[in-house]
Amino acid sequence: MRDIDCQTISETVARLCQEAASLLPEDVLQALKRARQKEESPLGQKILDQILENAELARKEMLPLCQDTGTTVVFLELGQDAHIVGGDLNECIKQGVSKGYTEGFLRKSIVDRPFSARINTKDNTPPVIHIEIVPGDKLKIQVMPKGGGCENMTRLAILLPAEGKKGVTDFVLRAVEEAGGNPCPPVIVGVGIGGTAEMAVSLAKKALTRKVGRPNADAEAAELEQELLEKVNALGLGPQAVGGRITALAVHVEVHPTHITSLPVAVNLQCHSARLKEAVL
Amino acid sequence: MDIKLPLTDETVEKLHIGDDVRFTGVIYTARDAAHRRMVETLEKGESLPFDIRGQVIYYVGPTPAKPGQVIGSAGPTTSMRLDRFTPTLLAAGLKGIIGKGGRGQAVRDALKQHKAVYFIAVGGAGALLARHIKKVDIVAYEDLGTEAVRRLEVEGFPVIVCNDIYGGDLLQEGKARYRLSVA
Repeated sequence: MRDIDCQTISETVARLCQEAASLLPEDVLQALKRARQKEESPLGQKILDQILENAELARKEMLPLCQDTGTTVVFLELGQDAHIVGGDLNECIKQGVSKGYTEGFLRKSIVDRPFSARINTKDNTPPVIHIEIVPGDKLKIQVMPKGGGCENMTRLAILLPAEGKKGVTDFVLRAVEEAGGNPCPPVIVGVGIGGTAEMAVSLAKKALTRKVGRPNADAEAAELEQELLEKVNALGLGPQAVGGRITALAVHVEVHPTHITSLPVAVNLQCHSARLKEAVL
Repeated sequence: MDIKLPLTDETVEKLHIGDDVRFTGVIYTARDAAHRRMVETLEKGESLPFDIRGQVIYYVGPTPAKPGQVIGSAGPTTSMRLDRFTPTLLAAGLKGIIGKGGRGQAVRDALKQHKAVYFIAVGGAGALLARHIKKVDIVAYEDLGTEAVRRLEVEGFPVIVCNDIYGGDLLQEGKARYRLSVA
């Protein structure tokens, strides 16, 4: 058993929120540079230039990359031999988000009573927390500020088993095409296939925590990722959907076994400002 | 093309989809909650907190300014959410809109009818766009926080013409031009 202090978790989350908002991960930056080389549309090239210039400016001056600093999605991998001490785990993550967003001058975008008064909670809490129990005695924390523009384009379908791969492909393409410029392309397409309804959506989001373009370890899933990427880019949407070759930087697919009657598929998009920061305690 | 604001009929007549435009002058910010209030005000027959004729509205909710900054990051938000309010504001004289993503048919028709233009700025380039904003004053609805109506003085603010007064739609035409048969 290894003790991990709540105060440390809270401080770490606060730091990750601030860093994520301003520092675009290196893998995303490299993917954007490759996209700039491949893009043929002159307007698309100009847009990618602005995106790259924005990333450099944000890094240099620690400014938020985007005014939408998101819903704070926190993924935890908690080792089963770790022992959280000094407080309530969920509460200390919440405190970390509050501190990070307040001290970092990040936008507070969360409203309570969502279907009625929509009252801003004023510190971007509560975060959305996903906890997975894993072997070991460490705690891995990933902070993903998820913008509304791309999150609002999430789609879920429970296909018939007979619809198979073609059904999945058609659904993903329709989701990306209908989203148009709203999710800020070039996007990363997260696809969750299998499980139950809520698991498919969760897998689609989890797929976005992978390094951009790193293929799924399963050969069949990796092949589907390649095929989907080619087809998504053939849609012609391009950067900000003004027309172009690069609509997506990558497609990440996560697969889980499902019920004999079912074929759930979910699409969760990530904008080009694919912010994600992690720490291991 | 450099354009001094506010917009005139003569200026919008020269604009076509895909044109690179740089704005200098005054633009107003408004998003969901502010739009609802403005449309309610007009429906009651009352006047808006600013004279909307010839003006440009920017769909943005910036991050808080750090000490010494004029404004925090300030890129466009998704325009589609404002579609239901837009025709009323265009009828009241609004001449230009800056946002991101496509517009519904009713907005496209209203743009053409009222000789107004929809521009897009690059979504997710909020740090860069903020550099072109030189002065900020809250003009209405301060209680809405990031959604309050602000008057921005901008210099060389970069946008692209997405829907012109001739019915052109950059997103539809761009997609058609680059679409491959494998899709």
